[in-house]
Amino acid sequence: MFTQGTRVKVQDRQISGHCRTPQYLKGKIGEVIEDTGRWRNPELLAYHKPGLPMARLFRVRFRQIDIWGADYPNPIDTLDADLYEHWLEDAEHAVAEGA
Amino acid sequence: MSMHDPSAPHDHDHHDHDHGDHDHADSHAPIEDHDTVTEFHLLEQALRELLIEAGVLSAAEIQQQIELQEAKTPALGAKIVARAWSDDGFRARLLADPKATITDMGIDVSYTPALTVLENGAGVHHVVVCTLCSCYPRMILGIPPAWYKSREYRARVVREPRTVLEEFGVSLPDTTEIRVVDSTADLRYLVIPERPAGTESLNEEALAELISRDAMIGTGLAKRPNAGPSTQ
Repeated sequence: MFTQGTRVKVQDRQISGHCRTPQYLKGKIGEVIEDTGRWRNPELLAYHKPGLPMARLFRVRFRQIDIWGADYPNPIDTLDADLYEHWLEDAEHAVAEGA
Repeated sequence: MSMHDPSAPHDHDHHDHDHGDHDHADSHAPIEDHDTVTEFHLLEQALRELLIEAGVLSAAEIQQQIELQEAKTPALGAKIVARAWSDDGFRARLLADPKATITDMGIDVSYTPALTVLENGAGVHHVVVCTLCSCYPRMILGIPPAWYKSREYRARVVREPRTVLEEFGVSLPDTTEIRVVDSTADLRYLVIPERPAGTESLNEEALAELISRDAMIGTGLAKRPNAGPSTQ
């Protein structure tokens, strides 16, 4: 799936109920820094389901100016978040598709 | 661990347990703060009583779990960091395989999700938050402080980390990258603060005294030696 260094875009969609992708990152582009392996999906575990199929969890690094815009005061600052594969898409592909 | 394991600690918690400063005529009475009873308190109480009544859990088991939780303090984290500062081989193992390395020290982290160790210094400063709830490395830092769970900290530290750090008394140059780490999922984070200058001669025990809970969250720095009364 995504390897270290892949630029990924967080899907900008809403689900009802338990969601482990924070709203402020939806639609933002970052870079995969680590593949942490597969985990039971907490968005299903929350409803007494076994959390299967397991979901791959990536650590993704964003530049703060890419999250908050050019008025963010320091361009070197970053933010890491842990995001499941079903919330991510390849950013280059997303741009090519005009998504 | 199963989400439904009754012996498992609550890693995502949404309310405070305040066990301090209450007078109790009967020391066995449940500790309750009647000024702040919310729907969640009532729900928790009803659920607890039902579980006891149904024989799923005993009151003693619940009490034991509370005591286990409260026995975990930031002193465990400080011991880990002090050893990482003192022993390069240990530091390398800790960064590569935190859970196994901490378990080897005799600290039980078996019930925790994965743990990742982040190093401050060399132009990068990490600060940890959980914007979605209050995920926290309880097995080595204990119960999180109230501010860590507050909406204000969770909302502001991702949006204006430098301002929030200033409010905690941490001023960092513009050339230091502030890296906010939002623990949104199954990973928990421990920050190794930068080792202060002038600590070369200190042993692990003395070093551990310099390492505060906040320094291991990233909202603080390690104390400088002799900042307080000297013990030497």
